[in-house]
Parts: sequence; C-alpha cells; structure tokens
Amino acid sequence: MNGPYRPMRANDILDLYFIENRSRILDIASFLDRIDRYEGAEEAKADYRYQAFARIVKLLSEPTGNRTKAIQVALSDPTTEPLASAAGLKAWGAWNGDQQ
Amino acid sequence: MKVIDPHIHMISRTTDDYLKMAVSGIHTVAEPAFWAGFDRGSAASFRDYFNQLTKVEPARAARFGVRHYCWIGLNSKESEDLALADEVLSFVPEFLDRPTVLGIGEVGLNKNSHNEIAVLERHLEIAVARDEMILIHTPHLEDKLKGTRIIMDMIKSEPRISPQRVLIDHAEEHTIGEIKDNGFWFGMTLYPNSKGSPERAIDAVEIFGTDRLCINSSADWSVSDPLSTLKCANEMRRRGHPEHAIEQVFFENPKHFLGQCPKFRVG
Repeated sequence: MNGPYRPMRANDILDLYFIENRSRILDIASFLDRIDRYEGAEEAKADYRYQAFARIVKLLSEPTGNRTKAIQVALSDPTTEPLASAAGLKAWGAWNGDQQ
Repeated sequence: MKVIDPHIHMISRTTDDYLKMAVSGIHTVAEPAFWAGFDRGSAASFRDYFNQLTKVEPARAARFGVRHYCWIGLNSKESEDLALADEVLSFVPEFLDRPTVLGIGEVGLNKNSHNEIAVLERHLEIAVARDEMILIHTPHLEDKLKGTRIIMDMIKSEPRISPQRVLIDHAEEHTIGEIKDNGFWFGMTLYPNSKGSPERAIDAVEIFGTDRLCINSSADWSVSDPLSTLKCANEMRRRGHPEHAIEQVFFENPKHFLGQCPKFRVG
C-alpha cells in the first residue's frame, strides 16, 4: 500500500472482504445441502461432527464479540485428564465426548 | 522485503521451492524435526533423518543462498512407543551439538496421552541439562486447547526453563491469550484447509499485538505453501499496516527468538 499508514475503518473491511466471505458462506450452505441430497443423509446428520457444525453455525449469528474463539472452544475437548493411549487415534476436528 | 520462515519442512520441498523462496526474500529458514507422514520403522530411521536435517539440507539450501537451521527431537505422533522413544532420545544429544541445530523441537503432544507426556518430560529434562531452547508442537483441532494447557503446566513446573526461550507453535485464537499470559513466545501457522489463513493471522496481530509472535508456513509434504509468510505479510500490508510493523512480525521477531541461540545468523 502506498502512502502513509492509515488505519482502516469497518466499512473498508466490509468493502475488502465482503465478496470472498459471501462465497465462503455459500460454500457452507452448499456443503449442508450436499449432505441432504446424498443417500444416508440422516445417518450423517446424526454424526457428532455434523451436530457440532450445526452448533457452531449458530455462533456466527452472535451479535458481537469473539465468535472465532467461541467456535474454537466449542469444538475443543474440554477435559483435563490425559488419554490412556493415543495408539490408532487421530484428530477429527470436533470433540466426540468420551468416544475416542 | 526480507522474511525469515521459522518453521518449514524443507526436506519435503523441491529445489524449485528453494529458488522461489530465495528470489522472493526468504533467505533464512528453520526446520523442526517432525513426522514424515508415516510412522518410521526403527530408531535407525530417525538417525538418518537427523543426519539429513543437519548435513544434507543445509548444503542443499546453501546452493540457493538460503541459511538452513533445524531443531532436533522425537515428534509427538511417534511418541506412543516408549521403547522406540528410549532409543531415539539416547542419540538426540549428539545431534544437538551440530552447528546448525538451534535446540529441541518440535516436541510436544498430539493426542494428549500419558506416553506422549512421558516423552515430552524426557525432552524437557534434556533441555534443562543442556540449557537448550525449545520449540513446542501443540496438538491439532479438538485436542489443541487441552494439550496446550498440559504443555504449559509441564514447562511452568520446571523453573529452570525460561518461557522466553520457548516458542509454543500452531497457536490459534483460543490458545494465544493463555500462551502470552504465561510469558512464552507463540507461533501461528499458515496452512491451507486445516490451520490458519493469512487473514486470521493478521487478525491475531491486531488483537494480540506484535510482541513474542512468529508466523510460519510449516510447509511440508501435504497441502501447504512455502511462500505463505510473504502472502501473509502482504495481507498485513493491504490492511494499511506500516512497513516497520510488517518487518517486525516477519523478520525481526523470528530473528530475535531464534537469535537467542548463539549458532543462529541471519542470511
């Protein structure tokens, strides 16, 4: 950017990022529609990852504040005790209760 | 502009990547020892890997005018097998003595298991005994918050380790605040699909400030981008941040943190 440092205003952020985030929201809607459209939709929608997704989408409509952090926390393992073993385990992106 | 990438897995990248990085302004990199995308079959495989990191890769980088440093340790994804860990940890110190090794890393936790914690404790003991700097790998996704807290508690319980000589990497929005509050450096990783984007990284700069922050590509064998630090710097620029602040984040900060090791020189 040329010229001296000029802090942006919220409307500048809206101008700069609106189109790409409009596209991202459409990708999410399309992802959910795709699950609906495919065979086995009810089973997929009962999966803990889908359930977590449904919860975090609601966090997007919080009026202000730390939406990003709230979503990160909502997807995190809230426990404090170490696992007995990590053998064969991987991260899936959402916490599945005690069903590792 | 000049950029230091403080976390990149160059053994997985092509010579074309070295050339692109060098002509774009990345002349200094640090490569932590990590998982290869598959579990290695023996301790001998780790010995070969550590030789590659400390001998082969610095020479390959030098052909393109890039200074290559590394960190040595047993990664947490392969720490569940304690017998293997014993063998690997027995020869880690001999590699720490090599001229381009900055310290112990990337070590930490993956799924937050008892064995992973035991192996991290062993690494911390080596760090204390040798006064080594430490680069910490935090777990991914749903395991990150819990793992980051366990790791910080372990390090804080060892008063001989200064948090200022420890960088806790792969930090995200829900862990940065606690890491900073505990006095550690923190790393943010730009990794398409599964970790942070340039936009979110610069959001964090705006929220948490430029102090004790290093931004890295962690480019490796998977979907990743060795020029992502430069693209992130450009994200900071297009939001109107001043050049001195951009240089602080992408050059001065990694220079400051890595420069605590007397072996480190900027290329």
